[in-house]
Amino acid sequence: MNKPLRRIAIFCGLLVLTLLIRDNWLQYAQADQLKSHEFNRRVAIERYATPRGDIIVDGQAITGSAATEGTDYKYKRTWKNGEMWAPVTGYASQIVGATQLESLEDGILTGNDDRLFFRNTLDMITGKKKEGGQVVTTLSAAAQKAAFEGLGDRKGAVAALDPTTGAVLALASTPSYDPSTFAGISTKDSETFQKLDKDEDKPMLNRALRETYPPGSTFKVVTAAAALESGKVDGIDSATDTPDPYPLPLSTKPLTNEHGNCENVSLREALRISCNTVFGKLSDDVGNEEMIKQAKKFGFDDPELDIPVRAAESVYPEDNRPQNAMAGIGQASNRATPLQMAMVAAAVANDGKLMKPYMVDQLKAPNLDAIETHEPEEYSQAVSPETAQALQEMMETVVKDGTGSKAAIDGVTVGGKTGTAQHGLNNSEKPYAWFISYAKADDGSSPVAVAVVVEDGSANRDDISGGGLAAPIAKSVMQAVLDSKQ
Amino acid sequence: MSSTTNTSTQHTSTIGAIGAPSRRNTELGLLLFAVAIPVFAYANVGLAINGEVPSGLLAYGLGLGLLAGVGHLVVRKFAAYADPLLLPLATLLNGLGLVVIWRLDQSERLQQLAERAYGTFSPSAPNQLMFSAAGLALFVAVLVFMKDHRILQRYTYISMAVALVLLLLPLVPGVGADVFGAKIWINVAGFSIQPGEFAKIIIAIFFAGYLMVKRDALALASRRFMGLYLPRGRDLGPIITIWAVSLLILIFENDLGSSLLFFGMFVIMLYVATERTSWIVIGLLMSAGGAVGVASFASHVQARVDAWLDPFGCYKTSGACEQIGQSIMSFGSGGVMGTGLGQGNSDLIGFAANSDFIFSTFGEELGLAGVMAVLLMYGLIIERGIRTALAARDPFGKLFAVGLSGAFALQIFVVAGGVMGLIPLTGMTMPFLAAGGSSVIANWALIAILIRISDTARRPAPTPASNPDAEMTQVVRP
Repeated sequence: MNKPLRRIAIFCGLLVLTLLIRDNWLQYAQADQLKSHEFNRRVAIERYATPRGDIIVDGQAITGSAATEGTDYKYKRTWKNGEMWAPVTGYASQIVGATQLESLEDGILTGNDDRLFFRNTLDMITGKKKEGGQVVTTLSAAAQKAAFEGLGDRKGAVAALDPTTGAVLALASTPSYDPSTFAGISTKDSETFQKLDKDEDKPMLNRALRETYPPGSTFKVVTAAAALESGKVDGIDSATDTPDPYPLPLSTKPLTNEHGNCENVSLREALRISCNTVFGKLSDDVGNEEMIKQAKKFGFDDPELDIPVRAAESVYPEDNRPQNAMAGIGQASNRATPLQMAMVAAAVANDGKLMKPYMVDQLKAPNLDAIETHEPEEYSQAVSPETAQALQEMMETVVKDGTGSKAAIDGVTVGGKTGTAQHGLNNSEKPYAWFISYAKADDGSSPVAVAVVVEDGSANRDDISGGGLAAPIAKSVMQAVLDSKQ
Repeated sequence: MSSTTNTSTQHTSTIGAIGAPSRRNTELGLLLFAVAIPVFAYANVGLAINGEVPSGLLAYGLGLGLLAGVGHLVVRKFAAYADPLLLPLATLLNGLGLVVIWRLDQSERLQQLAERAYGTFSPSAPNQLMFSAAGLALFVAVLVFMKDHRILQRYTYISMAVALVLLLLPLVPGVGADVFGAKIWINVAGFSIQPGEFAKIIIAIFFAGYLMVKRDALALASRRFMGLYLPRGRDLGPIITIWAVSLLILIFENDLGSSLLFFGMFVIMLYVATERTSWIVIGLLMSAGGAVGVASFASHVQARVDAWLDPFGCYKTSGACEQIGQSIMSFGSGGVMGTGLGQGNSDLIGFAANSDFIFSTFGEELGLAGVMAVLLMYGLIIERGIRTALAARDPFGKLFAVGLSGAFALQIFVVAGGVMGLIPLTGMTMPFLAAGGSSVIANWALIAILIRISDTARRPAPTPASNPDAEMTQVVRP
């Protein structure tokens, strides 16, 4: 009986060996995958096991952490003035996960980032509890406040940049939401989120970054840039040889103007009173291909514009001649985010050099040592310095004695452009009021460029114009930045 | 019985030399470790969870030490030549099991879960300590009262009847209880009992006794076909009966584990008794056929198979999938070194975390290193059991020992394989580790029997009586 016994001994040994192999497979080969599996709640438990690091604006934390009573998650995220800051931070909710900065910089905020590994190992040995690091943003609290309060109850968005560096100064979107209301895991948190998610006004949409609008007349700045760069106009003060109304190419439909005399006016005058005919014709003269090239230099057609939160792609598509002409006045298939139009204003203000927008200045370890500091990067030379200066002159005329007069600030050089984009079938819905502008410091450099869009004013549509609704908001944002610089 | 003596004299080659050391001091040394390791583990859990050495440390250490000490003294007195590894291994596993059960008692998550489900939470560790003491009492009783394992041979057919009753009890309405789909429990006087654990031992008595008598018929009367010796039709009767019973268990008790355990144990013992490979082939074919047949016709078995094939595919929709998915993630999250006792989140598994799924906590908190150590300890118990079978001098003892060891091996495979997602999950529990009275008591009895058989096997043969003629013989020198 001993021979089969020995075989059984081998068989039993093989059973145990199979288990050992399976265990190695699970705990060694598959371990990393299982550790971070989408269903593995340990990921979230770990994330909320210690107070989350803070997001910093102007040296002050705009977020916090509060202890909870649950067994799974020890702490939850809180926000100070969450509605105002939600478009900047995104949310970190125990029930629905994290988005935007809260998600992108999660490693630093939870303290799990690889760059903190050495420090964490030391802490583990010395028995210190793990902490989260800080994310220092470029935003300006004053500018953000001005933007958020300026928008008020209206639907809209504001994006403000520092043209010399690309630093984001304000990023506001209304209606907004308070991420604190669904940061926890209770049924109430879940219900609040569901309600916000289904809200027709889309409060959780970050309009400044993630919504594209027809840019309307503000796009005329890009058209003017293309015309000047390609030499289709001699200068900003020479006549443009434009009929009024302008018959759209390959079409029987004439393009008209809202107001003023636009026949054969100069480029400067055309921008001042926002002539559709002049810019429609110029866009056609420049041609679709060159228009796309110019738009791209300003940041259009970039599907990976990360600041580090990814912005929606602003587009200037290939199109036929009449559509291309209409695109020259921002009323065709081209669409832009408020951030994109702020980039246009910033490139003009920075003498043609477009800086890459960014909103995270520094990542800090829990002991506040800097781990990573952002260096400003050039995105492109959007236009030549000469063209940029010509565009500045024109935009400054718009504010001085044109449609943008409401953005004027005493004693400060301000350049801007209004826009009123029609939308809906046959212009049936309320138009979007646009305004883009920049302000100059005494030394000629520009500390702020801003784009404002107001989706629909409470007033009737005839009263909506970029100059009336959006320009005052842009003005207060610029004012806030200028004041804080002093 | 002449054949018995015959075979036993044939197979004495593996017995140790006469005058073999008893190895009791080795056992005592190992027992010190077997008590010290769980005591350290217990302190570790307390420090990790509450930041202080648990107040019950001394009592726990003394309790475990007392159990081990009593076990050792009884072995020293009543089974002096027993295998020295079995008692320390069982003690260590039992001790670690207690620690982990206590650790899971501290889990707020499980406490709240119990309060939501039953209104109250009661810790399992004190009960488990009581059951361990009861198990050790049974261990002592077996060693004291069963002087020779061959006595059990007398109860061959009674054992069969008792085992069948035990196996079928969970199906009796009013007595049986359905726990998470598996009907392998009965409720008696407020206690939940898993009769399968006891049936495992009792049915081994029947198989050993039956096969010892019938082995020649089963082995020799056969026809050769395609290189295999096929048994006669009438000799197939017993294996078909056992196969049918195990299928009934699978279908009606919804438990693949018990089914595989009993059928597997029978095939192993049949093979050892007859030395005919054909039985293995026939057994494998029958169990594969049965399993496939049942899996394709019985829906509840299908659900378990689905959960096994792709636990994350149906994770959100099925409780069975979530449970096994949680268990697998628990293992994965432990990684190579584990999180350390008391610092994992294996309690996310929820219900049955300290019984069916206790091995997942070992996986997460002790890591690959700890789990491999535990599996090797089980492997040692199994191989020491088979070593005992090799050394045993009588065929009944051989069959009995290999049956118990084989069943133990299959149980480890089925349970650990189940929680690690290697095979479909079953309702059985890890011997000694899992919370549950039946399991711990029955397995202490199993260890006691193996110790008794190994003692008989290793005990030196009595010195022959001196020949009275010898003294009178005188050498006459010329």
